[in-house]
Parts: sequence; C-alpha cells; structure tokens
Amino acid sequence: MADTPAVKTTMAKALNAALADALAADDRVVVFGEDVGQLGGVFRITDGLLARFGDRRCFDTPLAEAGIVGFAVGLAMSGLRPVVEMQFDAFAYPAFEQIASHVAKLRNRTRGRLSVPMVIRVPYAGGIGGVEHHCDSSEAYYAHTPGLKVVTPATVSDAYSLLRAAIDDDDPVVFLEPKKLYFSSAEAVLPARTEPIGRAVVRRAGRDATLIAYGPAVPVALEAAEAAREEGWDLGVVDCRSIVPFDDATVTAEVRRTGRAVVVTEAQGFAGVGAEIAARVQERCFHALHAPVLRVSGLDIPYPPPMLEHTHLPGVDRVLDTVARLQWDDQPDPRWLPRMEGAA
Amino acid sequence: MTTAPRAVRRAAPRSRRSATPTDPAHALLPAVEPVRMLDETGSRLPAHPDYPEPSTADLRELYRRMVVGRRFDVQATALTKQGRLAVYPSSRGQEACQVGAVLAVRDTDWVFPTYRESMALTARGIDPVEVLTLLRGDWHCGYDPAARHTAPQCTPLATQTVHAAGLAYGEAYQGRDTVALVFIGDGATSEGDFHEGVNFAAVFKAPVVFFVQNNRYAISVPLSRQTAAPSLAYKGVGYGVPAEQVDGNDPMAVLAVLTRAVAHARAGNGPYLVEAHTYRMEAHTNADDASRYRDGAEVEAWRDRDPVTRLEAYLRGAGALDDAAVAAIAAEAEAYAADLRERMNLAPAVDPLSLFDHVYAEPTPQLREQREQVRAELAAARDTEGDA
Repeated sequence: MADTPAVKTTMAKALNAALADALAADDRVVVFGEDVGQLGGVFRITDGLLARFGDRRCFDTPLAEAGIVGFAVGLAMSGLRPVVEMQFDAFAYPAFEQIASHVAKLRNRTRGRLSVPMVIRVPYAGGIGGVEHHCDSSEAYYAHTPGLKVVTPATVSDAYSLLRAAIDDDDPVVFLEPKKLYFSSAEAVLPARTEPIGRAVVRRAGRDATLIAYGPAVPVALEAAEAAREEGWDLGVVDCRSIVPFDDATVTAEVRRTGRAVVVTEAQGFAGVGAEIAARVQERCFHALHAPVLRVSGLDIPYPPPMLEHTHLPGVDRVLDTVARLQWDDQPDPRWLPRMEGAA
Repeated sequence: MTTAPRAVRRAAPRSRRSATPTDPAHALLPAVEPVRMLDETGSRLPAHPDYPEPSTADLRELYRRMVVGRRFDVQATALTKQGRLAVYPSSRGQEACQVGAVLAVRDTDWVFPTYRESMALTARGIDPVEVLTLLRGDWHCGYDPAARHTAPQCTPLATQTVHAAGLAYGEAYQGRDTVALVFIGDGATSEGDFHEGVNFAAVFKAPVVFFVQNNRYAISVPLSRQTAAPSLAYKGVGYGVPAEQVDGNDPMAVLAVLTRAVAHARAGNGPYLVEAHTYRMEAHTNADDASRYRDGAEVEAWRDRDPVTRLEAYLRGAGALDDAAVAAIAAEAEAYAADLRERMNLAPAVDPLSLFDHVYAEPTPQLREQREQVRAELAAARDTEGDA
C-alpha cells in the first residue's frame, strides 16, 4: 500500500471511489436518492455504482427528499447503512423535519436502543454560477441540531477519507460537499485515510495570524495566506474538516501561537457556524489574543443570482482587508466607533 | 368528468374484486361501504364474501384485551388528573382499532405507533409503565423498540409512515418476512409525509399496512377540512395501493380486515391501506375542551356504537362468554389498573447527568465539558442544601 503511487484525481472521483469501496467492503451499505442510478448523479458522484453493484445496492427513488431520508431511517432501523444523496443544498429542506426530529434524535429518545447510522450527502455552497436554490450554505441548520455530525472536506484525500469514516460511523453524518471543489484536482493516493471525524488540520503554519476555515472557504484562506506574504504577514490556515464535533484543541492551539484569528466562511455570517467558532476561540484564548477574533463571511442576503455571486462570496481581498484590522497598531476600529452626536 | 368514477363506485358490488377486471384502478378501490360483520347490537351480519370470521378464541382474546385496554385508558386519564402524567391522549372509543390491529400482527412484525396508541402498545404486551414513560416525562421512549419491534410513539404527524416503508423494505431486503403496521389518524393523512410514505412503500413494494384511524377530528378540525375524497381509503388508488374501509367500532371486522391486509403484505404483494371509521370519545388530550367544537348529541350517538359492549354481546350470544368469564376479565383489568396505579405512584428515578448519554454513540468533547459543568452545578447545589 505504501508503494501505491499518487495519481492526479478530482474530489468528485475520490467521493465516487469512497462510495464504491464502502459498497464493496460492507454488504449493509446502500446508496440511493434522485438520479443516482442510471445517470450517476447530477454531479456524477455515484457514476458506475449501479452497473457495478446492481439496483439493490444503488437505486433511484421517487422525487421526495423527506421520503428519502425517512426511508433511510427505516432502513437503518432494519440494520442497513444507508447513504443518501440530496441533489442540492436547498432541495434538502423538505427533509429537514425527518433530519431534525428523527435522524438526530432517535438514539437519544430511545436511550441508545435504536440508532440510525446513515450518511446524508449534500452538495452545498456556491461559486459555480448556479441559479437560485442551488447554492445555499446550509451547514448552520445541521450544526445547530444535536445528534448530527457535520463534516465537510476541502481536499481530495479528505473527501475520500471522511466519506469512508462517515459511512463507518455509528452516528448519522451530514456530509457537506463543496460543489465548487468537486472538480478541483490534486495528487492523491487512494484509498486514503487521513484522520477520524472530529479532527481539524493545520493546512499552513503561520506566525502572525490564523485563518480558520472549512469546506469551500479553505482554498480562499490558503490563497489569502499566500497573497499576505507580499504584505508582510505570515498567516496560518486551519481547516476544521468537521464542524460537529468541533476540534477546539487544534484550533485554539494555533490561535494561541499567533494571538490573532480570522474565521473565514462562505456562508452568510449572522448566527452562523463562523460566529460559533469566533465565540469559542474568544472564550478559550482571551489572554493570548492581541485582537478580537474577526469574521469574514458571505453577506446576510439570500444567495445572489450568478452574475452577482462574486460580490457575495468572500475572496482574498475581503480576507486581507479583515486581517488588516487585527489591531496591528492597537487603534480602535473606526468602523465600530460610536457615532458622535451632531457629527456630519 | 367527475361522473365516471362515481358511476364506477355506485356500480361496485359488495365484493369489488370480482368486478370490471379490465380497469386496473378498480381492483384498488375500497368497497363503497365500510366492512361490517357485527351490527351495533352485536348481532352477526350476513357472511362477508371477502372476510372469513375470526376464530372464537381470537375474538375472546380481542375482547379480553379491549376490556383491559379500556381500563388502562381510564386509569391513565385518572393519573393525569392526579398530576402523575404530564398529558394523556385517550383512545377511548377506539378499542377495536387499538387492539384489533396489534392482534393481527406477530411479535416479530414492527409496529409504528403515534402518541395516541398507548392502548395498542399495552395490548401488544409492553409494560404500561414503559408505555407511559413519554407522558410521565422521565424520558422520551420508555420501552426497548428493538426488543419489542415497536418504534417510539411518534409525535410529528405522519413522519413514521416513511420509516415504516423503509423498515419493511429493509427487512425484506435482508430476507425476513416482517410486516410493518403503521398507525396514523385522519388529520395526518393531510401531511406530505403520508403521501411520501405510501408512495415509497408502493414503489418499493414494501410490506406495510397503513392503518388510518379516522376518528373524525384532528384536535378540533373536522374531517371535512382534511379531505374532499369520498373517504380516506380512496387515497390508496392514487399510489397503486389497494385499500379497504372498515367500521372501526366493529371489533370482528377490524380484526378480519387487518388480518387480510397483513397477509396481503406478507405475501409480497406490497402495501395495503385500511381506513377505520371510529370516534374519539374523549377530548384530544386532558388539556383539550372538546365541547368547543363538537356537541354532546354527536358524542352520545357514538356511545351507542361502543365496540366493547358490541363484542361482548356477540360473544355472549355465541355462547363464548358468560357472566363468570366477564367477571374474571373485569377483575383482571382491575388488577392491571391497580398495579399500574401503584407503580406510577412511585416517583421515577431521573439522573440529570444521563442527559448527555446517547446524544452520540460517544460523547463529543463539547458534551463532556458540559457534563462536567452540570456535575459541578449539581454538587454545588447539594453543598448549598447541606449548609441550609
């Protein structure tokens, strides 16, 4: 295995390989959803699974997301390991009651006598020029629901490893796949096993400040850190990988080293996962901080139409502008000074 | 264009299965009238062509469990008034449905109840204290669903119909001949999940019996606001699911129709939909005031259709039940209620730290932190009590 050469592959292909390897490894695994059979999924993540494993193991369902997730609850109760695909982030909303009231709670409601291990795969977030209802960052809804694990990969190797781990997990996992990274490619050795669910990773070490990101925001943070070198900042990047459970230990260790942190998320910021991360870091690292933890996020607007999405999405400039406000000269941030009475 | 189906329905003979074989939809339609085998006085109606009479032994067992079930229901209502239960949704008047349905399935079959199925669960043999755990409030589900093949009582309406479809499909997938019996009410048939559950079961030919207890009201909202269908059983045809309607206060008919529906599903023919016409004699729960939305005359009229007295009259007439047997069953019911009362009067043990158990298979670091915080809060509270 150690001699397997790295090959250039995409996140989409890595996810496809993870599903195929899970189906081959465990008879209990079944993959289903809308268009996942003959078509191989609208993003081709299930490509070839029907042909290889047959329509008992990989099958299309009626077009009904609550039905798909509810059906998976019953299958999991019978001892199977369902992996379901929601076609797009916003199309998963009809399933939310099933997810919040049943998937997340069955273990707890029954004192552990029933459990419903399953993976709910959700292609999420934007940056692909999608029309409305195809680009939502829906992670906060799931992260705010106790009983769910919420995982999102940013690299090809993590996509494979985390999906295999999610399928093996005894808890239900909402597996959020950043659409804009599906066709990003990298050298990877598959099957890859990186780390278990719940571990963040330091993607780039830095001395001056730490950028904390997950999923689609990780490449943005890495690009910003690279660009920051020209401005004289040495920025580190932590990829959370798992939103629930959250790896406080890795994140806070990095922030304590640098004393400054910016949370970068693509999602709208208000009441979001970025707010939670910023609060956790502030609570845990107060005495190590030279500046408040700042956030860079999407705007608090419904996801915009394709021709305007670049204004919404946090990019390198918005990240660097925020880094510039990390109290380098210990002056109040003018944007947040109280307005003077009578001032023009 | 609405006249055509009407004409078909009017033309349907008592046994629809022999008629118009060229129309595939026709075989799925319920009989025009609900199946009845006993009239309101307990007299046997003419033999039904599709439904053989259940055995006397089964009918006696049905009667016994209905009497015990009714006593349980009365006791649970009393416990609510005494503050032992947070709330109790009574199923008084629905005894034939509650007990008849669970008698029609095996212990290895799965039952998917709602919050109103406490009586059905006790009739299934589950400890009544475990059944009432949800309503007492010391935990959510008190019984072991895996051991009893019984899902937790479901509060979000109709959501369990899809679970039943998945469970039934998963069982068949793994080579087991399990049937899933799912209870829902008339109001829940308006929920999208009812549609999705029946449709999934039909498409995947899952062995599910959807049992709709049409008790005329969803809390206060009458059936006329739930549907414009001729009756709820007609919802089956749109999904390709055969359906039947039954007099839900006729215990013999409920058992016969459910037995046939379960056999249909177990034989690999896919799901079946049964609508039972019945009536909730009590308010929605103890917290509800039914006089605000239905009048006393309506309730009184249903009292004359009581399922327990109907079956008792039939069994007495058939020589299968006498005064001594009735008294023995009544005594058993009293003992059952006394035991329940006694055990419910004991305060249940609750452990605040158990709140952190079973949220995940293993607690997350964040839950371990919160557990420590609560442990410290509890210790501090104990110290304060000690000082006082």
